[in-house]
Amino acid sequence: MATLAVDFTLPLRSFALELALDVGRTVALVGPSGAGKTSALRAIAGLVRPAGGRIALDGDVWFDASARLCRPPDERRVGLVFQSYALFPHMTVRENIAYAGKERADELLERFRISHLAQARPRVLSGGEQQRVALARALARNPGVLLLDEPLSALDAHTKAEVRAELVELLRDFALPALLVTHDYEDAAALADEVGVLVDGKLRQLATPQELVARPSDPFVASFTGANVLRGRVVGREDGLSRVRLTTGEEVVSTDELGGDVVVVVYPWEISVGRSHADDSALNVIRGAVQSVVTVGNRARVTIGSLTAEITGLSAAKLELEPGVAAYASFKATGTRLIQR
Amino acid sequence: MRGLLAFLFYAAIASAFAFLALPIVAIFVHVSPGTLLHQLSSPIVTDALVVTLKTSVAAQIAILIFGTPTAYFLATRRFPGRALLVTLVELPFVLPPAVAGIGLLVAFGKLGLLGGTFSWLGINVAFNTTAVVFAVMLVASPLYVRQAIAAFEAIDGDLVAASRTLGAGPVRTFFRVALPLASGGLAAGEALCIARGIGEFGATIMFAGSLKGRTQTLTLAVYQEFDSNFDTALAISALLVLVSVVILFALKMSALWQPSPSTSRSRFARLRSS
Repeated sequence: MATLAVDFTLPLRSFALELALDVGRTVALVGPSGAGKTSALRAIAGLVRPAGGRIALDGDVWFDASARLCRPPDERRVGLVFQSYALFPHMTVRENIAYAGKERADELLERFRISHLAQARPRVLSGGEQQRVALARALARNPGVLLLDEPLSALDAHTKAEVRAELVELLRDFALPALLVTHDYEDAAALADEVGVLVDGKLRQLATPQELVARPSDPFVASFTGANVLRGRVVGREDGLSRVRLTTGEEVVSTDELGGDVVVVVYPWEISVGRSHADDSALNVIRGAVQSVVTVGNRARVTIGSLTAEITGLSAAKLELEPGVAAYASFKATGTRLIQR
Repeated sequence: MRGLLAFLFYAAIASAFAFLALPIVAIFVHVSPGTLLHQLSSPIVTDALVVTLKTSVAAQIAILIFGTPTAYFLATRRFPGRALLVTLVELPFVLPPAVAGIGLLVAFGKLGLLGGTFSWLGINVAFNTTAVVFAVMLVASPLYVRQAIAAFEAIDGDLVAASRTLGAGPVRTFFRVALPLASGGLAAGEALCIARGIGEFGATIMFAGSLKGRTQTLTLAVYQEFDSNFDTALAISALLVLVSVVILFALKMSALWQPSPSTSRSRFARLRSS
């Protein structure tokens, strides 16, 4: 498989986007809105011109500032799927796909199971169908790299899960280097082999999803990947454990060896919840009032004090958790990560 | 008190409609329809009709050929001096037509700026059919170009970008994406432009004169016949009213032709569902 080598700077309104990464398989860029994610895709596709750097797909150079080379989008083998899909409203589904390449139109209509929609206009399609047309159209050009802008954001929750599974399959089948951007860490983790966290135009960390969760490089990365991020100060070391006093007053211990001001990172799924003090191996127990119980599918996110735990919906019901009741959040010292502040 | 206000409110509306409708109605009822029809076969009318048709078609083709790329350029590029160029395009719209006519005369006339060049090339512009075409082009073009700029600007930039990333160059993108998407707006602008061109009077009479069979358009014929044969003037006026109605109607239809620039549900779909 080819590799898209990207290394450029692009001045944006309030900061400069600096991006350097190699896209071999599927890479996701995650970050808050306005982090420069879409601009990154547009620069690679040739829709905006970076100030400096180089973009190349293997030996095929698309942009090279030092050589004053900037190929137009139609001379770059990219398939860009826009967030809004950007289907041509005056063309049928088939015409949309054939616009990019007549030869593969039928095959792709078949592959995406949209042959029955070939004569339909985009405006009558559902969000999921529009996305399939957009993907088929992007692939009809035989791109060397696939760029996906927020591929799941325009879909409702039900369609989203289905389309996410389809996308995983598609990215595997077509075996193209793909770069996708999303504001949703879970989507990124589900779709990509590698995830880059982009904040204010800078790539904070680029790693596998597992690595990001296990070893976030800074509090922002940790919070963005869904972790609880608490502030505190190491007040002592005993038996190989760091004792941290949180700004909220409680004390927790961690197996990480750090000193001074730290950020404590705990993932919601590593926290168990009880109505009484559990007598188990978890060294960290925080007592507090339940702030909220949010059900997500078959899971419930329970916030106790400033900590969010993720437990099954069944457990939440069994414990009769509701805002106001007292509960204990317990988690192991080994699941309590410290980041220097 | 409330009753009186309501009365005044509706009286104002009725007066407004009456004021607008009366001149139109009067043209058709001043003499019998038979007389109107009979007058239309007079050679003055047929000559003027031929001149109007010929010059309108020529002027509109020129406006489309030169105006469309100009509008696309102004709609899609941002550069210093753009506002100045847009103003230049719009200027004839607010310029008194008689001034436009004088301007044409001193630019392209025998003694004008380019007059020497033109006569050396054997071209004589003033006071012939070409002069009428020039006058119509200058005075009517802003109506098309302004609307065309707006139509091109309204196109979702992502659609143009998508076209490029799908392998289409700028030319294919223009003809397959930009032009079809702007077509409704372009048609609306062109309809207004045709109407303005047919009604052109001031610049034409200054620059082209009112020579029967050569430069005398229907509008100029109304003015000339006004003194000599009032019924003919009325007949031509009636004809022009009908033409205007047809153009206005076409304009309303073209608003419906306009394809939605986004992929969201179109106006048509909403109309059907409501």
